[in-house]
Amino acid sequence: MIARVLAAAAIALTLAAPALGADPREQQIENRVMCPTCHQLLALSHSPIAERMRTFIRTQLAAGESPQAIERELVDQFGPAVLASPPARGFGLLAWLIPVGGAAGAAAAVFACARAWRRRAPDAAECADLSPELLRRLDLELAAYDE
Amino acid sequence: MHRLARAGAVALVAVLFVLLVVHMATAQRGAAVAAAVAAGKRPVAPDFELHRLDRTGKLKLSSLRGRVVVLNFWASWCRACKDEARTLAAVSSRWQRRGVVFVGIDSQDFSSDARAFARRFGLRYADLHDGTGSQMSRYGVTGLPETWTVTRDGKLADHIAGVTDAHRLDRAIERARRT
Repeated sequence: MIARVLAAAAIALTLAAPALGADPREQQIENRVMCPTCHQLLALSHSPIAERMRTFIRTQLAAGESPQAIERELVDQFGPAVLASPPARGFGLLAWLIPVGGAAGAAAAVFACARAWRRRAPDAAECADLSPELLRRLDLELAAYDE
Repeated sequence: MHRLARAGAVALVAVLFVLLVVHMATAQRGAAVAAAVAAGKRPVAPDFELHRLDRTGKLKLSSLRGRVVVLNFWASWCRACKDEARTLAAVSSRWQRRGVVFVGIDSQDFSSDARAFARRFGLRYADLHDGTGSQMSRYGVTGLPETWTVTRDGKLADHIAGVTDAHRLDRAIERARRT
């Protein structure tokens, strides 16, 4: 029994070793960079170039390069589209501004519609101004539903 | 206020629609080029200017007008490109003496890997770096390697999808020289 538990623990440790030994910055970069051939997040891609990019990231980190410098080098090699999120400058800024602008526009539209509906809704005072004749007919019609 | 919001929403939808149409038209252009060549037509080869890997500076396709050009799309990580490399090295050394220009377009690749690949397989012709792979979509390249021949007047003559052999490439070059 003890031998089995020890064997299971050894297998688990063997499987977890790469993850335990991995530099967390490696995963961080892989989640910010795309595979240029399959257009998936590098962390999810297993294409040949994705494997090569992973090796590049690992060796550059081991050589003391910062994640920012590595991402800059990847952009130099593969263009800005290699970044999972566009840079917040130039044309890429639009990708950040359009959702914010859209959300602000939608909020403004909802606010404007709500105000318009409130204005159009009859208030209690208007209801109180019904003529006695109309109130009598209303009572009769409602009474018909009670039967 | 209502009219303004409605006009803004319509304008936003119109802009997004135009962007979508432009994107789709650009994506389809490369496939249309490949289809035209397959149908026996001779469309003008999309022009480009890319950085050279074999030396400093850039090369513009249109600067090679007057000469038959062989364009080979490849990458160092592509296994089939390795199978094709020795054929290209042999065929290019034969045809370059007769004035045919060979141009390799290293696509979606590390430039250092591409240089090492060219050295290893003895590719002695212009190699250009297209890290973004933008020329692949313009030429309708769907996988690597792919080879195009360009006539002296800058028109596409032949398209070879996949690994080529010496005989097939020789015939494509001869056809481009005759056109």
